[in-house]
Amino acid sequence: MKTKIFIVSSIFTISAIIFIVKLFFLQVIDTSYKLSAENNALRHITKYPVRGKIFDRNGKVLVSNKAYYDLKVVPRSLSEFDTAEFCKLINISKEDLIKKIRRKRHSYKPITIKKQIEDIEYAYIQEQLFKFPDFYIEKRTLRDYNELTAAQLLGYSAEVSGEDLKRDDYYKPGDFIGKSGIEKKYETHLRGKKGEKIFVVNVHGSIQGIYKNGKYDKEAVAGKDLISTIDVELQKYGELLMQNKIGSIVVIEPATGEILAMVSSPTYSPDLFVGKKLSENYRRVEKQKGKPLFDRALRSMYPPGSTFKLVNALIGLEEKVINNRTVFITDGYDAGTHVVGDHISGLVTFQKSIQFSSNAYYCHVFKRIISNKKFPDYASAYEEWKKYVQSFGLGISLNTDLNFEKKGILYSSTYFDRYYGKRHWNYNTIISLAIGQGELGFTPLQSANMISAIANRGYYITPHVIKKIVGDTIAKKFTEKHLTKVQAEYFEPVIDAAELVVSAGTGFSAYLPGLDICGKTGTAQNPHGIDHSIFVAFAPKKNPKIAISVYVENAGYGSSWAAPIAGLMIEKYLTNKITKTWQEKRIIEADFINKK
Amino acid sequence: MSDKISKNKIDLISVGIYLLLVVLGWINIYSSAYDGSSFEFGSRYGKQMIMIGMTFVILLILLFVDVNIIFSSSYFAYGFVLLALIAVLFLGDKTGGSRSWFEIGSFKLQPAEFAKLATALALSRFLGKENFNFTSDLKSFVSVLGIVFFPAFLILLQGDLGSAMVFSSFIFVLYRQGLSFYWFPIILIGILVFVSFFFLNIVLIFIFLIVIGLVTYRYITGNIREAVIGAILLVIMILIGLAIIIFFRANIKVHIIIAVSVFIVSLIVVVKSFKEMILKSLIVPVLLLFYIGSLYSTGYIFENILKSHHRARINVLFGLEKDLTDIGYNVHQSKIAIGSGGLSGKGYLKGTQTKYDFVPEQDTDFIFCTVGEEWGFVGTAFVIIVFTVLLFRILFLAERQRSVYSRVFGYSLAGVLFFHYSVNIAMTIGLFPVIGIPLPFFSYGGSSLFAFSMFLFIFLRLDSQHNTLYT
Repeated sequence: MKTKIFIVSSIFTISAIIFIVKLFFLQVIDTSYKLSAENNALRHITKYPVRGKIFDRNGKVLVSNKAYYDLKVVPRSLSEFDTAEFCKLINISKEDLIKKIRRKRHSYKPITIKKQIEDIEYAYIQEQLFKFPDFYIEKRTLRDYNELTAAQLLGYSAEVSGEDLKRDDYYKPGDFIGKSGIEKKYETHLRGKKGEKIFVVNVHGSIQGIYKNGKYDKEAVAGKDLISTIDVELQKYGELLMQNKIGSIVVIEPATGEILAMVSSPTYSPDLFVGKKLSENYRRVEKQKGKPLFDRALRSMYPPGSTFKLVNALIGLEEKVINNRTVFITDGYDAGTHVVGDHISGLVTFQKSIQFSSNAYYCHVFKRIISNKKFPDYASAYEEWKKYVQSFGLGISLNTDLNFEKKGILYSSTYFDRYYGKRHWNYNTIISLAIGQGELGFTPLQSANMISAIANRGYYITPHVIKKIVGDTIAKKFTEKHLTKVQAEYFEPVIDAAELVVSAGTGFSAYLPGLDICGKTGTAQNPHGIDHSIFVAFAPKKNPKIAISVYVENAGYGSSWAAPIAGLMIEKYLTNKITKTWQEKRIIEADFINKK
Repeated sequence: MSDKISKNKIDLISVGIYLLLVVLGWINIYSSAYDGSSFEFGSRYGKQMIMIGMTFVILLILLFVDVNIIFSSSYFAYGFVLLALIAVLFLGDKTGGSRSWFEIGSFKLQPAEFAKLATALALSRFLGKENFNFTSDLKSFVSVLGIVFFPAFLILLQGDLGSAMVFSSFIFVLYRQGLSFYWFPIILIGILVFVSFFFLNIVLIFIFLIVIGLVTYRYITGNIREAVIGAILLVIMILIGLAIIIFFRANIKVHIIIAVSVFIVSLIVVVKSFKEMILKSLIVPVLLLFYIGSLYSTGYIFENILKSHHRARINVLFGLEKDLTDIGYNVHQSKIAIGSGGLSGKGYLKGTQTKYDFVPEQDTDFIFCTVGEEWGFVGTAFVIIVFTVLLFRILFLAERQRSVYSRVFGYSLAGVLFFHYSVNIAMTIGLFPVIGIPLPFFSYGGSSLFAFSMFLFIFLRLDSQHNTLYT
């Protein structure tokens, strides 16, 4: 009998030990259940912050927010309801509704039944929603555009992608994130901080109360407002002038580096990329003629053409290979293998070389720079020249507060070593660089910055589009001067000549009495068709207020289209009125996209 | 110890533990229903409080009942309960797929809860004769099995698998009263076979069965020859059966062939070993029948008797299905609730899992979750220790009975209590499929509390006169 009692006792004891050990692991050692418990009983309702607004430089609202509503439900908590009436109310097909709910029918997490319901529909649904108590409304905000302008510059925001989620754990599915332009670059300022309201819920997902009386709730912090450097009137006027043309306008305030306007044409209306129609509209705009999504001001690289003569003139002066009395007697320039043609011939002074854009003059200047005896070889002379060019912000990344800006094309000497063979090239081999053609490519932004540096007589401030973040400071780099390698004293003769370009030279179509516009025309050779028309300018000559670059693709000479557009822009900005209305009309009516 | 001192003396240790468990149970039921509102008698904790009060009154009356009345009414109680079990099949209220409740006013009565007590009484009465060994003759043996399994069968018909399984706990009594220890491995193997059904291929299981049958036979009788002959005959019969099926293209199911073969082989063995003690000679056929029966019944029970939720629960337990939202949900939520309690718990009334209905049946079958969540490991270990102490106390008291009747009853109590408490806790922590049996004295529910209290106190009443001899 003793063994039998012992065995029964053992069974009791061993069971108790098994349970206690198992419970010790479950309760004390394994912590994963504690985490599960938290997600189980507490429902964290996100309070979405309002995205920061964007203003223009004069305080006009560019981008604000409008409310919209998401209709949600916790599938597990769903009790029977009149599906026919419900579907009618929210205007959704019964199949869609069933599909949505069935897929997640065991979920305790809310799913969205209908997204982005707008005000009017919301009011209607709200009235009837009491019949469907399991469904609830969550308020969100969407972008609202008060001015339908500067689409590429402002960018757009949309729901986060899978990659966004992986990259930054701030985001949860359904959150919005800036996808391009200012929205993307200033995302961390604009997004604000999500808040959270914690509810205690039961297994059916119904709310039992506020967790710890809201002790752990967090209010959403609204995103910071941004004051942009854009002058919305100028921006809109630029877009008007550029309509039906491919190209861009970049306007900079030289003293501050603030971008007053940045037009990339063709463009689109920013409110196309809001709400439910976003992806559909995106696909449509993407396919449109002239690629509106491609921000030409930042990304399109053109040879600077004759506008680049200003830079070569400045380098020549600084390097002392010429001075403002240097004269060449020319009839084109014989580069050995070919002759560089010219618009003028005979005796060309320094002033005339800019005023009438002499090719041969700058070939000689370039030859003198590259064959300068103070350098051991052409390659090191070229490298020095390249540093000069870069000091104007050309061929380098400007590091603006804009996305996707291109660095441009400006090769180092090793490129030519590779291409032609070491020491097998000289100034004549690369003579097209003298007149801004060949192996050069700068963006309209870089060109505008270059003319801005000239207007400033030797420095530029990194161009930027945001001048103030409300409740924060902008990056220090947007107030620092970048000096050019050319001393201030050498700028005056160049600027004097540039003034003549407009008042009595190739850029006369930009001339406006009393505005003292200095500029330079250019034509970017286009191997694929008609050349691109370029004009860079600033005004007034003393204390410049505006620097501008205008590119019109396939429009021919800079003097015919780009120069008058620049003139109109400058007049608009400086005087806020237009005197040459006939010219304005001619430009607005010109259509380079649809008809030729 | 003189008769006078021990006479009419209720074991206060047991009473103390009992009161402790009932009070702890109620405290946890209160917590699981607590929602910050004031005390209400209409709520579940209110009802339970009334039930506890009523139970206490009846227990007090019970203490003054003549022990001989209990003894002599044993069979009567058993018969009455059997009638109730049959009646409930036709008249009962259908709840959750099983027809197992009588509805009387606002209270529900579950005869199955009382069936354990009645079976214990009848079994004690049957085995309570002095110097009686039920294993000595077949009639007694079968009678004992009948007493235990008939009510279990009726309960199974109600669809209450959990309560039916409780009757297997009478094995403790049968073991104490002379059933050989060797029956335990046999039964364990049966369970293993049941379980293995879910993993192994049918042919493998069959070979496995024959091997185990032979080994067990050798172990019990010391004679392998008959077993081998039996096994060979069995295989030959099955092969013949299969040949017949193939030859005549008869539409006969394989398991019928096997059953017929086993029957014939059993007959041969029984005839051959006629001279020997009948019980012993029956071992081989009974064993094989038992194994094969469990093998095929597993499939049959699994597909036909078990309800889909049972099937799913078993599948989840064995990891054959992983579904944390549907069937596995109960156990998963239960484990989260217990696991989240940590070492010392979240504090009384502060459980979030149990309070907000994450745990199903939070005040009945899963009341242990509330203990785990709010009192932590300290609480759960304490409850287990208290139950174990109670079991040991009952064991100790049972062994000091002069009368076999009282001892058998004590063992029945210990067995049923052990089964309930261990299976209930095992299922809340995922060691056993959820079969839905309450935690004694803890869980909400009048029938369970009342039946278990009666069970314990009848035993304590018997113990108060443990020197009395009942025949």
